[in-house]
Amino acid sequence: MNLLGKLSWAAIPFNQPIIMGASAFMGLLVACVLGWVTYRRAWSYLWREWITSVDHKRIGVMYMILGLLMLLRGFSDALLMRSQQALAAGDARGYLPPEHFDQIFSAHGTIMIFFVAMALVIGLMNFLLPLMIGARDVAFPTLNSVSFWLTAAGVLLTNISLFVGEYSRAGWMAYPPLAEAQFSPGVGVDYYLWALQISGIGTLMSGVNFVTTILKLRAPGMSMMRMPVFCWTALAANLLIVAVFPVLTATYAMLLLDRYLGFHFFTLDAGGNPMMYVNLFWIWGHPEVYILVLPAFGVFSEVSATFSGKPMFGYRSMVAASMVICVLSMTVWLHHFFTMGASANINGFFGIMSMVIGIPTGVKIFNWLFTMYGGRVRFTVPILWTLGFMTTFVLGGLTGVLLAVPPVDWQVHNSVFLIAHFHHVIIPGVVFGIFAGYDYWFPKAFGFKLDEKWGRRAFWCWFIGFHLAFMPLYIVGLAGMTRRMQHYDNLAWQPYLVTAAVGAGIILLGIACQAIQLTVSIRHRERNRDLTGDPWNGRTLEWSIASPPPAWNFSLPPQVADKDAFWLAKRQDEAPRRKYQAIELPKNTSLGFLTAIFASFGGFALIWHIWWLALVCLLGVGIATLAFAFRKHDEFEVPADEVEQFEREHLVGASA
Amino acid sequence: MNVAVEIAALRPATPPSLSEAGPASKRTTAGFGFWVFLLSDLVMFSALFATYAVLARATAGGPGGSELFHQGNVALETACLLASSYSCGLMSMAAHSRRRSAFYLGAIVTFALGAAFLGLELHEFGDMAARGATPQSSAFLSAFFTLVGCHGLHVTVGLVWLVVMGAQVAVRGFEGAVDRRLLCFSLFWHALDIVWIAVFTFVYLIGVHA
Repeated sequence: MNLLGKLSWAAIPFNQPIIMGASAFMGLLVACVLGWVTYRRAWSYLWREWITSVDHKRIGVMYMILGLLMLLRGFSDALLMRSQQALAAGDARGYLPPEHFDQIFSAHGTIMIFFVAMALVIGLMNFLLPLMIGARDVAFPTLNSVSFWLTAAGVLLTNISLFVGEYSRAGWMAYPPLAEAQFSPGVGVDYYLWALQISGIGTLMSGVNFVTTILKLRAPGMSMMRMPVFCWTALAANLLIVAVFPVLTATYAMLLLDRYLGFHFFTLDAGGNPMMYVNLFWIWGHPEVYILVLPAFGVFSEVSATFSGKPMFGYRSMVAASMVICVLSMTVWLHHFFTMGASANINGFFGIMSMVIGIPTGVKIFNWLFTMYGGRVRFTVPILWTLGFMTTFVLGGLTGVLLAVPPVDWQVHNSVFLIAHFHHVIIPGVVFGIFAGYDYWFPKAFGFKLDEKWGRRAFWCWFIGFHLAFMPLYIVGLAGMTRRMQHYDNLAWQPYLVTAAVGAGIILLGIACQAIQLTVSIRHRERNRDLTGDPWNGRTLEWSIASPPPAWNFSLPPQVADKDAFWLAKRQDEAPRRKYQAIELPKNTSLGFLTAIFASFGGFALIWHIWWLALVCLLGVGIATLAFAFRKHDEFEVPADEVEQFEREHLVGASA
Repeated sequence: MNVAVEIAALRPATPPSLSEAGPASKRTTAGFGFWVFLLSDLVMFSALFATYAVLARATAGGPGGSELFHQGNVALETACLLASSYSCGLMSMAAHSRRRSAFYLGAIVTFALGAAFLGLELHEFGDMAARGATPQSSAFLSAFFTLVGCHGLHVTVGLVWLVVMGAQVAVRGFEGAVDRRLLCFSLFWHALDIVWIAVFTFVYLIGVHA
């Protein structure tokens, strides 16, 4: 009996300078951060105010930080792939051996979808939903903290795979039979599966939490049809999380059973059916696209209404379009594998449904355009991202309609044409949306605005870099270049791939501009300070309170009379003041953090077959949960005086 | 500027609709949230059911359902679980009216019936394994053991939860949080019954004739 399972010194890739260099760099970075925190004696502050916090705003900010950090990781993978493909043509072999290249593209896709896009979208929803509906917090604050920390545990495991062992080489979808133990005997696929199982549970709990929050905790007077559009799109996205993440959990569980216990769900022998994995995966995978893009659509809606100084055009059609997308997104999954060999009728059905889903999306585009039409549009950074999104996304959507035609799909299936298409919708749709939201709500979270100049530079670098990086891929994709090639012989493709690499370099400049923007803004925060809490002349409830908002959000429960509640309130006479009352808040808890510790060690133990440790961790989670369940006091009260004091100071600041 | 204005000034003459009534109580919120979670759990089961349906005939030359399933055993299991749902209902009512001894009686009967169900299931699994029908032998058996085992795992979790709730009532009485957790537990327990009805129908009833 080996106490360390499969783990040994051989797991650490000492002979690979690139990996060791990257690991050393990451280790150094982590050490620097930890050292800095120790030097500033900030541990108790961090523990008290952030790590154990159950405040949705703090948790939202932590999700955003996690997502932005992982964006750096996922993007460096992208740079590696682009530079390898720019070099490795004809006789040249580039600098990345195939087994390393395969890990890079698998890690890039997994990280970008699960730990960048998901983390950022959930972070935004976390921060905004309670503020927009006038609630004190989400429905289950402790669960929210657990969700975040489970996501963080998944991130940790994925990053450890860089240094200890290897990552999956089976692509971000991990299709069997390649992902089965027979063909991927190493720990790579296990890292992939356990990291995503752990973070997936966190995401599912977030979905349950947000659906309940939106449906049950709206302020008095805020009927469903008075909610900001962002809340509607978030509701649609979270309903999808509840409806499809369990399928992913079940699918990964089956693959794990195949790999660990010799079951035969997706194996080639004993009646297993690998195509069933592909079906199950995309039953989750296609709605996942909308889980990401719908909240971003909500951001664009809020941004375009605020900066046009007009109410959202076609509010009802916007709501209807979001819910129609929510339902239709579950009827198109088969378009990811038209080449599977289903009958022409089945392919035809899914092809038509895929085109139909373009209609509600088109409705949204027109609504945004008409919101701006006739308005006094202020060309701030968020509106730049919105305009960049609209111009780019429509084209990306059109190549999607092209791919929805089964005969066309047969020609370009698995080519870089497909790669170009989905980056063409996800980058403008999701990433631009998140950046628009980041610039727009940053002053709400921190009390000062982000620097405009560097924000504009970042936008233009991203916008130009994106087109340079992905338009050439359409061309080489049509010319027959398949995806995930570590090397190719056709020298005619090389100029396009060099162009794409240059585009990626320009996106890197955009990211650098964002880093500078953040640094400059923090340094000049007094100059950009916003004391009013309403720096953009906003329309929705989150702008009616101080920035950053107090722990209890609303000192007096807001009373909502119509859509754009704050916009209306600003135009009404000052109402007679109501008396402040004591506010009940949930206590901090270390349950989330402890769960993440146990989940990280437990996941690591399962990956390396260290069974005793896995058992210890399972017990640990159980004991921590029990301790929480028997805790005497879950809440504490903020006295009315303190609430009043806060509001008085905020009013003094706002009128100064 | 604060949005808060005099409530009376804005409230229409007619009482507001439910959707404008403001935040729900903690109990309603907890129960609703748990319903949403249960829906997600049912979705997970539906993925396992779909998988079972696809693989039900993939016996790889090994035994199928008609050779392996014992109707008598399954009938007994079903009786135990359905009866436990009834006693769970009695337990909830006792908790609702704060009758401690009736609550414990209901809890003990529920636990005993749930444990009996689990024992019968494990006996069935052991019996099948002894005849060489293990999850490793065919895709059909992989799907069978996973689907039915996943339900069994849920029952196990439910039993542990029930013991914890018994301790919570002993220590904290029927106060707010305990009351909400009891509500969630009973929802959970009844949902497991619904899943079992589907297992009973699609796996065993159809299986013995297939």
